[in-house]
Amino acid sequence: MTEPLLQVRNLRVEFPTRHGTLVAVDDISFDIAKGEVLGVVGESGAGKSMTGSAIIGLIDPPGRIGGGEVLLEGRRIDNLPPSEMRKVRGRKIGMVFQDPLTSLNPLYTIGEQLIETIQTHMALSDSAARKRAIELLGEVGIPAPESRLNSYPHQYSGGMRQRVVIALALAADPALVIADEPTTALDVSVQAQIIALLKRTCAEHGAAVMLITHDMGVIAETADRVAVMYAGRIVEIGPVREVIKSARHPYTEGLMASIPSLSHEQDRLFQIDGSMPRLNAIPPGCAFHPRCPHVFARCREERPELVQSGASRAACWLHAGDRR
Amino acid sequence: MIAFVLRRFAQAVIVMLAVALVAFVMFRFMGDPITNLLGQDATVADRQAMMERLGLDRPMPVQYFDFISRAVQGDFGISYRMARPVSEVILERLPATLELAAVSGLMALLLGVSFGVYTALRRDGWLSHVIMTVSLIGVSLPTFLIGILLIWVFAVELGWLPSFGRGETIQIGWWRTGFLTESGLKSLILPAITLGLFQMTLIMRLVRSEMLEVLRTDYIRFARARGLSSRAINFGHALKNTLVPVITITGLQLGAIIAFAIITETVFQWPGVGLLFINAIKFVDVPVMSAYLLLIALIFVTINLIVDLLYYAVDPRLRVERPKAADTT
Repeated sequence: MTEPLLQVRNLRVEFPTRHGTLVAVDDISFDIAKGEVLGVVGESGAGKSMTGSAIIGLIDPPGRIGGGEVLLEGRRIDNLPPSEMRKVRGRKIGMVFQDPLTSLNPLYTIGEQLIETIQTHMALSDSAARKRAIELLGEVGIPAPESRLNSYPHQYSGGMRQRVVIALALAADPALVIADEPTTALDVSVQAQIIALLKRTCAEHGAAVMLITHDMGVIAETADRVAVMYAGRIVEIGPVREVIKSARHPYTEGLMASIPSLSHEQDRLFQIDGSMPRLNAIPPGCAFHPRCPHVFARCREERPELVQSGASRAACWLHAGDRR
Repeated sequence: MIAFVLRRFAQAVIVMLAVALVAFVMFRFMGDPITNLLGQDATVADRQAMMERLGLDRPMPVQYFDFISRAVQGDFGISYRMARPVSEVILERLPATLELAAVSGLMALLLGVSFGVYTALRRDGWLSHVIMTVSLIGVSLPTFLIGILLIWVFAVELGWLPSFGRGETIQIGWWRTGFLTESGLKSLILPAITLGLFQMTLIMRLVRSEMLEVLRTDYIRFARARGLSSRAINFGHALKNTLVPVITITGLQLGAIIAFAIITETVFQWPGVGLLFINAIKFVDVPVMSAYLLLIALIFVTINLIVDLLYYAVDPRLRVERPKAADTT
């Protein structure tokens, strides 16, 4: 098997506070292969976005990477000096943020922002960069890209702006695009378009995608593999069909059951009781045990690690083999 | 765009007319011009004759209109004290004030913006802390005290710089400048610092807080994620967004610099219009006072107009959307 594009090894993100250090991402490891789409799901605060920010090296202080390593194409990138990391951002890893309304600088035209990004990473003349900007806008489905180049962000609708943001993320042909809740801020009618566009354009550019979302439906349609996060840890990771069809971890099961379905009659939507623990009060053992329907003694004492179970891996004592 | 300018222009004219009304009313309530001219013991007939000669017996609106039409032509009457046309006296004094205001305004703007950007980018550097602490002094000490302190240190104790006046000046046309002589430039330093210090610290603190605000926005984060250089991010993306509110305050402050020059000019005996105004108040020289009032109002209104136009230049969101670009998904 060829070397994975991105390798995350025992990554830990922590926030020093006056009352001790909070761990937002706790010892997670995963790979993304070339051209693969990895979905990352979980509730708000599970550490999904923090993982994405850590990979691209944009954790806001006082947060910091507290341990582990991130390798891109075999090269370690989490400890690069800022000037080197800057060349990775945009060039190797592109990023799409949640809110397209605030992602673009209101005082510059779309063209200026695109050309600036292209010329930062590629030695292109003004006219060549402009040509590429027009091509990119055309690719993401902006009609009449040549004339829209001179428009300002406020002259675009939300969906259009997210298309521009995708074009910006792909401007320098990165190998990986991290899309952090790319459709959360959009109208429902536009969401599917943007997801399809993201998937298609990234495939055309040969870029792998790390798709962070809390929408299991989006993952089901788009991702090749999925990682489920809970309280800063990956609780289950595996091929998307496998995870959806036969979830191993009780939390994943709960997530799947709480997706509303039109096909069969449901009086009430399933819900997981309780809420995710706060970072300063993560319970010992399995972090999910206070909410878990199958909880037993060992869950309260020992923390389960990810173990192979069928095609996927899950961190649950139910699948550890030696149940006590 | 043209409609916008015309609308703002009309507003400016209304403001000027209102200020002119105040300036006009001053003549009626501050002293009696007839008594001033003829003395206490003039006969009623003499007074009547003088009133007719000066047109003071006509109805008020007519007199107001007459006042405005003369003011527009630059005729503000004769100074009671100096017995010379007011416009002539003001023109003579205006270069001194404008030179002082220009230097302190420029100083306030350049230093204010650079210190503001520096302290925002190096938020925890020791130099930033020093600048912020010193700026507190600039904000809290009153202008006249700063002026007197500067005179005490640099003129009295050290003897480096003159404590009053403009030094030697050179006449260029009707403009008398102090920029071209050494003593003129030396005389300018202390008053300019005194006048500009408060504005500088104000601009600096404003730029700093705006800059910190902008640096937290999503589009700056996105600009980082695109791998742009920190120079492009800080000075291209962040600073431009910072400038939108800074322009307003700076515009108003430039007006204030000219208006508040009164105090600095008094402390340093700077022969500008501010000092002229203070002396006019002492002698109830109403024509000079009303002309000064109109002049300051005109400067404020003009600066505001320019600020509005600058907004237009900086912020595309204010420009009227062209119909061609209005299509959306």
